[in-house]
Amino acid sequence: MSEPIYQLDQVAKAYEGRQVLSIKHLAVQQGEILAVVGPSGAGKSTLLRLLNFLEPPSSGVIRFMGVRFGAAGSVPLSLRRRVTTVFQRPVLLNRNVQANVAYGLRLRRQQRGNALVEAALQQVGLEAMARQHARTLSGGEAQRVALARAMVLHPDVLLLDEPTANLDPYNVRLIEEIVCQLNREQSTTVVLVTHNVFQARRLAHRVMLLLEGQLIEVADTTTFFESPEDSRTRSFVCGELVY
Amino acid sequence: MEEIIQGFIEAVRLIASGDPGLVAIIVLSLRVSGIALLFSTMAGIPVGSLLGLSRFPGRKLVIALLYTGMGFPPVVVGLFVYLALSRNGPIGQIGWDALPALFTPGAMIVAQTIIAFPLVAGFTMAAVMGVDPNLRRQVRALGATRAQTVWTILSEARLGVVVSIIAGFGSIISEVGAVMLVGGNIEHRTRVLTTAIVLETRKGNFDLAMALGIILLALSFLANAAMLRLQGKTFDE
Ligand SMILES: Nc1ncnc2c1ncn2[C@@H]1O[C@H](COP(=O)(O)OP(=O)(O)O)[C@@H](O)[C@H]1O
Ligand SMILES: [Mg+2]
Repeated sequence: MSEPIYQLDQVAKAYEGRQVLSIKHLAVQQGEILAVVGPSGAGKSTLLRLLNFLEPPSSGVIRFMGVRFGAAGSVPLSLRRRVTTVFQRPVLLNRNVQANVAYGLRLRRQQRGNALVEAALQQVGLEAMARQHARTLSGGEAQRVALARAMVLHPDVLLLDEPTANLDPYNVRLIEEIVCQLNREQSTTVVLVTHNVFQARRLAHRVMLLLEGQLIEVADTTTFFESPEDSRTRSFVCGELVY
Repeated sequence: MEEIIQGFIEAVRLIASGDPGLVAIIVLSLRVSGIALLFSTMAGIPVGSLLGLSRFPGRKLVIALLYTGMGFPPVVVGLFVYLALSRNGPIGQIGWDALPALFTPGAMIVAQTIIAFPLVAGFTMAAVMGVDPNLRRQVRALGATRAQTVWTILSEARLGVVVSIIAGFGSIISEVGAVMLVGGNIEHRTRVLTTAIVLETRKGNFDLAMALGIILLALSFLANAAMLRLQGKTFDE
C-alpha cells in the first residue's frame, strides 16, 4: 500500500479546556472511502474541520501529503486547496447556480472555468438550472450544487459531513452514486461522516467508530460490520441496525 | 402650499437658466460630500468588516463608541473640527500648508468625513454580522484566503453595505451645522446647498430657498438611485 494521504498522531482538540477529540493514531489511505460513524457529539465534525485545516489541533500532528500541521502551524494555501468539504446543510452564495459552482475556481483564478463548471453541473444533473438563482432551489438540488462546487475543483480529498442527512431517498441515491463514481474514476480520497450505518456499509472501504472523541475501532467495512473487535462497535452497529 | 408650488416653479426656472452661482453651489456641495463620502467609505468598510468578523479585546468598547458616533450631533463634530483647525488648535498650530484651513472646502470635508464614518462603519458591521456564519467556514473550506473570505462576505452583504454608504451620504449632503461652522458659508468659496437654504430663508427669499431645497432632494435621490444601480452591476453575475 502506498503512503497514507493523512497521518494523525496524538491529535487532540479541546474547546475552552474541554477535550472533544483525541486520536492516538489514524492513517487515511490515498484513494479510499473512509466512513466515520458515531453518535451525535462524538467529534466527527471536529475531525473533518481539522482534516480541512479550518482549525489547528490543540496538540499533536496531522501529516498531509508529507507536510506537518500542528497546533501552531498553518498549511500552505496550495496544499489546503487540495481538500474541500461539503457540509450537512449547503451554504450557497446569493448568486445563481453557475456562479456558485464556479466560485472555488474563481478563488484560484483558474482559466477554462466554464467548461469545468458545465461538466460538474452535468454530473449532478443540474445543467438545465445553471442560470437559476440559488435561493430558488430545493434542498436536494442545493446539496447537489454544493457537491458540484466541490467536485469542480478536482480535490485530492473530499470531506463529506453528513451530506445526505436532510435529503429524500432519490437525492440520497444520486449523491451516493456521484461520490462512488468520483472515487472510482478520479481516485478522490473521501472521508464521509454519516450517522447512517447503512450508508457507511454501502459506500465505504473502511469504517471507523468515534465515541466521545475517542477512536474506538477502524477496520475494513466487512470486518467492521461482521466481526468487529471492540464490543462497543458491535453494540453501536446493532443498536443502529435496530432503528 | 403656495410657497411649495412657487418654489417648484422657481426651481425649474433656476435649473433651466443654468445660473452660474447656483451651479457653483451644487458642484461644491457634491464635491465636498462626495470626497468626504469616499474617505469615510474607505475607512468605514474595513473598520466595519473588522468589527463584524473578528473578536479582539476592546471590541465591545469600540462598538459602543461607534454607536455613539452614529447618533452624534453633527454640529458638535463641527465644533471639534473648528477648535482643532483654528490657529491655536492642535492641528492649526502645526501650520502645514497641506492641512486644511478653516473656512475652506478642505475643512468641510474633514468635518463631513468624521460625521459619515461611524454610519458607514456601523451599518457595514451590522450587514456583515447578518451573513450566515456557516458561510465563512464553507468559503474557507473551498480554498478562500483571508482577504477572499472578507470580500465574499462583503459581497453577500452587499445590499447592507450599499445602504451604509447611502446612510453616510444622506447624513452629510443634508448636514448644515458643521459646514456652517467650519466653512463659514462664504459666497463663491464655501457656500453649499444647505447653508444657502439657511441664508435665503433668513433673507425672506422663500422661493429661492424652496428651489434650493428641491434641488437638494433631487440630487440625493439621484445619488442614491445611482448607488443602488451600481450595487447591482458590481456584484451580480
Ligand atoms: N466551536 C466549538 N466550541 C465549543 N465546543 C464545540 C465547538 N465545536 C464543537 N464543539 C463540541 O465538541 C463536541 C463534538 O462536536 P462535533 O464534532 O460537532 O460532534 P459530531 O459532529 O460528532 O456530532 C460537542 O460536544 C460540541 O458541543
Ligand atoms: Mg456533526
